[in-house]
Amino acid sequence: MDEAVIRIEDAVVSYREDVALQGVSLSVRRGEFIGIIGPNGAGKTTILTVINAMGRLEHGHVHVLGIEPHRADGHRLRKRIGYVAQVETIDPRLPISVRETVMVGCYGRLGWFRRPGKAHWARVDEALELVGVAHLARRPIGHLSGGEYQRVAIARILVQQPEVFLFDEPTASIDPQAQRDILDLIQRIHRQYGATTLYVTHDLATLPEACQRLILMKNGRVWREGPRDAMLDKILLKELYNGLDRAYPGAGT
Amino acid sequence: MDWTIFQHQYMQNALLAGFCAGVTCAVVGVLVVTMHLSLLGVCIAHAAFAGALMGVWLHFDPLLGAVVFSLFSAALVGPLADRGELSPDSSIGIIFSLMLGLAFLFLGLTPGSRTEALNLFWGSILTVTRQDLVFLLATAALVVGLVVLFYKEIQAVICHRQVALAVGIPATLVFYGLLFATGVTIAVSMRSIGGLLIYSLILNPAAAAFQLTYSLKRMLALAALFGVLSCWVGLAASYLWDLPAGASIVISSAVVFGFATLCSPKRKVKQWVKPRTAN
Repeated sequence: MDEAVIRIEDAVVSYREDVALQGVSLSVRRGEFIGIIGPNGAGKTTILTVINAMGRLEHGHVHVLGIEPHRADGHRLRKRIGYVAQVETIDPRLPISVRETVMVGCYGRLGWFRRPGKAHWARVDEALELVGVAHLARRPIGHLSGGEYQRVAIARILVQQPEVFLFDEPTASIDPQAQRDILDLIQRIHRQYGATTLYVTHDLATLPEACQRLILMKNGRVWREGPRDAMLDKILLKELYNGLDRAYPGAGT
Repeated sequence: MDWTIFQHQYMQNALLAGFCAGVTCAVVGVLVVTMHLSLLGVCIAHAAFAGALMGVWLHFDPLLGAVVFSLFSAALVGPLADRGELSPDSSIGIIFSLMLGLAFLFLGLTPGSRTEALNLFWGSILTVTRQDLVFLLATAALVVGLVVLFYKEIQAVICHRQVALAVGIPATLVFYGLLFATGVTIAVSMRSIGGLLIYSLILNPAAAAFQLTYSLKRMLALAALFGVLSCWVGLAASYLWDLPAGASIVISSAVVFGFATLCSPKRKVKQWVKPRTAN
């Protein structure tokens, strides 16, 4: 439990003239559930892309699951990390079904030249059952609602069997009931699989209760970090969100 | 109709060339249409055309020029679009206009008779050589073989490129592989179908298949069928009514697309039934 599976040291990331991360350091232990909150543009998503080596590091070091992804092959690491992004716009005519989309989660580990077998398809069907969309298995992926699509994305990372889950605002742009269902699902799979989980959101109403530690980000820096209850202080949150009242719904006033 | 026409070697060669070009262009077309990179086919076709014209001007094999230019344009378009400095349609548009400019420059610089250069415009499927056929067959086998071998990676990349990258598939390598396969297909098929017409054979059969199914495997099979059908119907029309073969093939492919769109289940809207009121 005490082993650090993610260690970020003095990370700097920039997108042309904008510096997205300015000397961020962070350590995550195996099995932890970490929430990363902050206003838009704080660098929350960039942290996730640094961890799974999809973002380019300008300076600093990152060690994830014993690999330094920005020096080594990022593909090797990404096979071991499940990543769910925000709901994206999908072409409704895309020629791929829900079941095939979930199967994509297996492809990285399968590697070149190997085809998915019966056991892989059984795992896909099991994951679809677990996230509650087994009845949509044959439907084209572009025909789903935002909430259904996110459940499929979660099924995809389940079949990937990762050691780290990264969730980047998975409940953004979906209705409140679907948001609650997705949050319950994420907490359930964290408990069930015991994987290290990082969850990014700007909306405190969608912060999972299972978060043990919170990272508060502002202007590309880790502004505060600590136990969840201490970080959900109303005054602290008001300062984080530049004077706007963003009290956590579950916190006292 | 005089069926003895099919006993002639040139017609048998044309049918075989149509089969190979139809299958290869359509398969590559499905990949670019699904990735919403239809203009890419147009851009690479013009690059291949410019390269071939350079070959005519400088007296080297136009096929070599076409292959080099089309691969070069594919290698330029990908990074420009990927780095986000330009949107994919802008980067493709810039390379497209550059290649068109180069094509006309090389055409203008070519001294004497321009018959060979003009043949590259319209194509000459009725006069394909044995060497052309060998290249067409080899390209068809290569493209179909690669799609079969790397089907799962290709499906992931053309449908969910970011997801493919996130699960550990070398998505960028697969993407560039698809661009290069498009380049080679166009370059090799150009002499038969024509530099100005080839992209119709890339887009129309694929777009027609896109109208009819949500299964990628069925889409690839349907597109290949439509590609071959377009070539053979075009050849028959060309023979029957003494029309230019390349133009007939392109028009056939557009007609196939028209029929597919009319029959498309994707266009059907579920009937809305007005609820009955009490009164």
